[in-house]
Amino acid sequence: MNTAYNFAFFDEGSKREIRRATLKAIAIPGYQVPFASREMPIGRGWGTGGLQLTLSLIGRNDVLKVIDQGSDESVNAVNIKKLVCDTTGVETTEHTEEATLIQSRHRIPEVPLRKGQILVLQVPLPEPLRYYEPSESQTKKLHAEKEYSGAWLMLFEQIMKYGSMTTGADHPVLVNGRYVMAPSPIPRYDNPKMQQNDALILLGAGREKKVYAVPPYTKVVSLDFDDYHFQPESFEGKHCRLCGSTGVFLDELVDEAANKTVYQCNDTSYCLEKLNEVEKVGVN
Amino acid sequence: MAVFEVPVLSIKNLNKQYGPGCSQCKGGESAYLVKNYCQVCGTVYACRDVSFDVFPGEVLGIVGESGSGKSTLMQCLYFDQEVSAGEAYLADYENGMKNLFQESSQQQRYIRNHVMGKVYQNPILGLKMNFSSIGNIAENLIAAGSRDVGMMEGKGTALLNKVNIPVHRRKEAPKNFSGGMQQRVQIAKALSNNPPLLLLDEVTTGLDLSVQASVLDLIKNLQRELNISIVLVSHDLGVIRMLADRTLVMLEGKVIEQGLTDQILEDPQHPYTQQLVHSLL
Repeated sequence: MNTAYNFAFFDEGSKREIRRATLKAIAIPGYQVPFASREMPIGRGWGTGGLQLTLSLIGRNDVLKVIDQGSDESVNAVNIKKLVCDTTGVETTEHTEEATLIQSRHRIPEVPLRKGQILVLQVPLPEPLRYYEPSESQTKKLHAEKEYSGAWLMLFEQIMKYGSMTTGADHPVLVNGRYVMAPSPIPRYDNPKMQQNDALILLGAGREKKVYAVPPYTKVVSLDFDDYHFQPESFEGKHCRLCGSTGVFLDELVDEAANKTVYQCNDTSYCLEKLNEVEKVGVN
Repeated sequence: MAVFEVPVLSIKNLNKQYGPGCSQCKGGESAYLVKNYCQVCGTVYACRDVSFDVFPGEVLGIVGESGSGKSTLMQCLYFDQEVSAGEAYLADYENGMKNLFQESSQQQRYIRNHVMGKVYQNPILGLKMNFSSIGNIAENLIAAGSRDVGMMEGKGTALLNKVNIPVHRRKEAPKNFSGGMQQRVQIAKALSNNPPLLLLDEVTTGLDLSVQASVLDLIKNLQRELNISIVLVSHDLGVIRMLADRTLVMLEGKVIEQGLTDQILEDPQHPYTQQLVHSLL
């Protein structure tokens, strides 16, 4: 552990300011709370929002897990883990079950989150109405007046153009019947996991200087139409080529040598756990 | 008969000023006022004590030179701008008992989405240029609470058909359209929720003559067919003569003359109106 820095990199005042914004965010589910995004030793747009939340919340007894697009071992995840560990000395894990604090980029882990855990999501664009209305002062007004026709209009446009809703990720959700929220670019597959979740979900956008939250046991509904229902990605009839799992979010890979399309768990730690279970059975 | 005597829209003493006003110009009457501009404090009195009623199925025309406060009046009616003072009542909202200008911004948005339609002079203000034409119409329907894609597509197509936009171009963005077509999409959008009141702000200004004629024809037909009330602002007396039943003449923020359109055009009383009518080519 590097003692040249204060615990968790930030000075106590900074951490307190971020926690104060976080508390407000939890008190108003889905509402984007502005906060003074700090300069970080990594560039804005590389997870600084999530990292600031993590650093402001982490304590000596926390167990940290960091994932990037489902992977515990990608460069981004490893570097964020290194920075946090270097300045706090906390333990890290790859097992979702063991972690108390999970920072994630664009995925909610396959293993259901449990009570007491905190999931921190990194957000590039926190404003769900941005494409519809470029002005921040206008979108603030729209949120204040609960005027969300723009969010539905964007989905309507997709149906007109392509025949179905085509949001690959970041499908907007209505939180607690009040605020429409960008769930960060998690796949549609993960949207239903937010509904009545046991854990606290925090979302941080460093570049856009916003924090928002989905507290435990909050109603989270993906936007849709009466005749075009929200549908998560379907992986029917497909399974992971490594662990054989079904009913999980799968990556599609093309094996060029064999000219075949194969599927593999996107959540690497989940896949590894499944594989280890199988091996144990083999040993016995 | 009594039914016809209830106005759809009733405006009472609408005032709109830009600037705080000073002791010299308070009340709007002073030697320091040049037209409607106060030389002492720089306040502009854009609308001064404007009052009028609009009755069911009526087309009310508002004429006046540029800077006379016509567009400001329309913007106030559609809540694009806040009024300084005044009252407005809509028969279709709370039975005409509530002053619209004192409602919350949510309620004002509700009124805009449900009881009024507006067509702006500049289509950029009224349309989302990057969204499809049918999406633009759907925007209004969604805002009014619809979540049924099939119904919205059907209704949008029917409306675009009514304003003569070819069906195969309904999914195209208005930015690809000509000025006249954009204006017709705007009209279709304004009509989407069957509003009892339609506000038209210089709809034909800047269009060429044949397109102007077709847009005017369209408005006339729609008005007859749907029996909606229209407030129509124009500086073009030709447009007013063709469409308006009754006309208000505005000058320097004040209504200087009002009456039946024929009366105003044939027998103008106020010097400014006389000048306006006589300058008609």
